[in-house]
Amino acid sequence: MSKQIIVPFGPQHPVLPEPIHLDLVLEDERVIEAIPSIGYVHRGLEKLVEKRDYKDYVFISERICGICSFIHGSTYCQAVEQVMNIDIPRRAEFLRAIWSEYSRMHSHLLWLGCFADSMGYENLFMNCWKVREKILDVMERTTGGRIIQGVNRVGGVSRDISREELARMGTELHGLQTDFAELTRIFDEDLTVQTRTKGVGMLPKDMAWELGAVGPVIRGSGHSVDARSTGYGAYDELDFKPVVRNEGDCHARCMVRTGELFTSIDLIENAIDRIPEGDISVPVKGNPAGEYYARTEQPRGEVIHYVKANGKKNLMRHRVRTPTLANVPPLVHMLAGCELADVPVIVLTIDPCIGCMER
Amino acid sequence: MALTVLKNLLKGPSTIRYPYQPAKVTPVTRGHLTINIEDCIFCGLCRMHCPADAIEINKQDRTWQLNQFQCVICGCCISYCPKDCLSIEQTYLPPTVSATYVTFTGPEPEKKEGQEEEVTEA
Repeated sequence: MSKQIIVPFGPQHPVLPEPIHLDLVLEDERVIEAIPSIGYVHRGLEKLVEKRDYKDYVFISERICGICSFIHGSTYCQAVEQVMNIDIPRRAEFLRAIWSEYSRMHSHLLWLGCFADSMGYENLFMNCWKVREKILDVMERTTGGRIIQGVNRVGGVSRDISREELARMGTELHGLQTDFAELTRIFDEDLTVQTRTKGVGMLPKDMAWELGAVGPVIRGSGHSVDARSTGYGAYDELDFKPVVRNEGDCHARCMVRTGELFTSIDLIENAIDRIPEGDISVPVKGNPAGEYYARTEQPRGEVIHYVKANGKKNLMRHRVRTPTLANVPPLVHMLAGCELADVPVIVLTIDPCIGCMER
Repeated sequence: MALTVLKNLLKGPSTIRYPYQPAKVTPVTRGHLTINIEDCIFCGLCRMHCPADAIEINKQDRTWQLNQFQCVICGCCISYCPKDCLSIEQTYLPPTVSATYVTFTGPEPEKKEGQEEEVTEA
C-alpha cells in the first residue's frame, strides 16, 4: 500500500466559481476520501430578517444567490403569503412560473458552460454563455434586471408582461430550441465530453436516496423527485414531467440538465397559452403571525424557506435549506475512489452554489 | 465544427466592448437611482426601507445623500416615496473603486415662505 497524502482543493481554484474547500486524501492518483469544509462566504442574511421589514426583505432574499435569485424571492414571498393567508392573483402565479423557468434555463446554461470549462472545453463554454445571453435579454426586457429581477412582492409581482411581449417571447423560444438542440447534441455525442463524464462519479440509486440528494443529482440517479410535481403556484395547471436518467454518472446529471432546458421551454409555452387576464398583485395589510415551510424547485434542486412570525413587522426567523448543502454528502460519496483529474468534473456536477449554501 | 468557425468569422464578435461602446439597455433597465429634489419632503421613508442602507437624509440641512457604491438599485425606495420624486434611469454608472456619494440639497421650503407671507398679511 502506498503512502497517503492530503492535497487541498480550493477554496481558490480555477475550476470553482465559488469557494469551497476539500481536503483530498490521495493514494497515488486515487482519491480515498474527501473532507469538505465550508464557511468562506457566510454573510448572515438570515439574521438580517430580524432587522428589516418583512416586505423589504424580499429584496434581500433575492440576493441569497446570484443565479437562482428569482426563485429565492418567489419562495420567500410564497411562505409569507401562506402565513398571512393571502391568495395572490392567478396571473401573478403564472408570471412567477414564467420567470422561474427562464431563470432555470439561464442557470442551466451557465452550469453547462462552467462544466465544459472544467473539462478544458473552452469553446463549448463560450457557446453556452452566448445562448444564455439571449435569455438574460428577455429577463432584462421584461423585469428590468438581468440577474436580479426584483419583481417579486409579498402579494404578487410588481411588473406585468404585455400580450405583445408574451407573443414575442413565444416566437423567440423556437430559436432557443434550435440552439439547445445543438448544445445537447454536443454534450451527448462529443467524444471529449463522453470520455470525461461517462462512468465517472457514480452515485447509485439507493445511495442517492439514502444521502438525501436533490435536484438533477437525484434525478440523474433514477429517482423522479421534483418539487414542481407538487403543483405549487401555477405548476398545477402546467403539463410538467420530470426529466429522469438512470445511469447515475456525471454524464447522466449533465443530460438531466440539458433535458430540463426543453422542459422549461415547454412550460413557458404552456404558461403563455394559458395565462389568465387580471390583476398582478393584491394589497397586503398587517403583519404576519405564524410559521410556514415553502418548498420550490430551484435549478439545483429543492429549496425550503421556513419563516416564523409573531405579528410584528420583522420576522422572528427565516431559515433556508439550499439544494447545494443537501448535495454535499452525495458529492463526498462520489469523490471517494475517483481519479484526481476527475475531481473538478465531479465537483461541478452537483452545480455547487456556495453563496446560496452559506448565505 | 467548420460551420461554427465560418459562422463566427462572418458574424463578428458576440460581445460589446463596454465601456468603450455603450451597454445594451431597455426602457425598463435599472441603471441608477436619481431624485427630483424639488419635490422631496425629506420624510425619510426611503432611508428607513432601503435594504442596502445607502440613503442618508438630513432634514435640517435639507440634504438627500445616496451612496451609489452601496445602492443595489432594487427600487424599494420608489415604492414607498409619497411624493414620487425618486426614479430609476436606464444608464449604468461608470465603474469605481471606492464609495461615491452624491448629495442633493433641496430648495428652501415654500411652505415656510407661504407662512411668512400669511404672517405679514395678517
